[in-house]
Amino acid sequence: MTQPLDILVETPSQTAGPYVHIGCIPTFAGVEGVYPEDLGLSPIEDGAKGEVITIVGSIYDGTGWAMRDAMLESWQADAAGVYPGQDGADPKVSGFCRFAADKDTGEYTLGTIKPGTVKGRNGLVFAPHVSIWIVARGINIGLNTRIYFDDEDNSADPLLARIEQRPRVDTLIAKKTGDGSYRFDIRLQGEGETVFLDL
Amino acid sequence: MTDTAALMPRRREVHPDPYYTDYKTSITRSPSLPLLSMESTPSEETGPRFGHDRLGALDNNLISNYTQGKALAVGERIRVHGRVLDELGRPVPHTLVEIWQANAGGRYRHIKDTYFAPLDPNFGGCGRTITDENGYYEFMTIRPGAYPWPNRANDWRPMHIHFSIFGHAFGQRLISQMYFQGDPLIDLCPIAATVRDRSQLDRLVAPLDMQNSRGMDYLAYKFDIVLRGRRQTMFENKPEGM
Repeated sequence: MTQPLDILVETPSQTAGPYVHIGCIPTFAGVEGVYPEDLGLSPIEDGAKGEVITIVGSIYDGTGWAMRDAMLESWQADAAGVYPGQDGADPKVSGFCRFAADKDTGEYTLGTIKPGTVKGRNGLVFAPHVSIWIVARGINIGLNTRIYFDDEDNSADPLLARIEQRPRVDTLIAKKTGDGSYRFDIRLQGEGETVFLDL
Repeated sequence: MTDTAALMPRRREVHPDPYYTDYKTSITRSPSLPLLSMESTPSEETGPRFGHDRLGALDNNLISNYTQGKALAVGERIRVHGRVLDELGRPVPHTLVEIWQANAGGRYRHIKDTYFAPLDPNFGGCGRTITDENGYYEFMTIRPGAYPWPNRANDWRPMHIHFSIFGHAFGQRLISQMYFQGDPLIDLCPIAATVRDRSQLDRLVAPLDMQNSRGMDYLAYKFDIVLRGRRQTMFENKPEGM
């Protein structure tokens, strides 16, 4: 026998289901009047420092169908690479956004500012990126991924460097489509499957 | 140990299988390639915070929040309460907990729900609260009904309440479901069965809590939630090359 470790076990996940919008973005779901507005409408306020950008994309299931019912959350640093809540963070950047796939087209839109490079432990430096969390019916535990940008230098990013099959790196890099506009599609399964993260 | 210490790795074996054939939608919505695992970074170790000032007085009362107190929802009145802890057993204070659920007849107020059980004009189905300094939360609501759903020909969801919890780090983000003690449909539900280890599924089943119930008013159910913890060490920050 030994001493007990006294470590608890994380509560198991369950799918967010088809009605996640009721709980997380009720006004979007048509449940109006409970809250004044939905949480996480925008990750920035007027006056946020940095380049204003728009990221558009779809989330495709294993058959190539753009999912109409996914909900996404994003989390990011400010233009200087400082996370909200850390010393010196831009007070106009909340860093958090909730958004959903359009119920008719499946396309999502995230309006934000481009984050700066982020310093990690032990001298690690991460290229600008937005963290993404995806939940929906049929997703039994939320899927984490990141959006990097094709007009930034991603060559030394420690996370991208961990991807053995180099063509798969492209699944995490948003393509510039115009001034301040990017496209980032997410493929849950099959050809071109997005790299999902466990960290 | 600080709020930016590394997160403990997620124990994937306690979580549902992403691909579970009896839950048909998961077949095409589960990654087929392995996840990329590495130590957490600031992107996962930080996360959004929400202040108590954001909450309305009725936000955690689903019996009356849809009508803003003008009328009460139909159903068995229940109080759902518990604590949010981390893997080290420490309370997670001041964190947002959101719930959503079907009404007493098993119908959601959602455009996609076409079950013919009627909507309750006095029930919206969402609520939220923020844990106190001890990680404690509570809701008043009505017991949701079980309902049939399109999967296999005769699948029914057990009575359940959806939970969304933030913690203090984006890497702690969790959505799960609370089931009710004694519901025979739990054992028949392919979504519950995605958690393959029965002892882990049991942790999603809230016990009836008579000591916290109130006579002539409501029954109580207790539901504790555990989020990922942070590694406790002073040996995190090595000079480069050491």
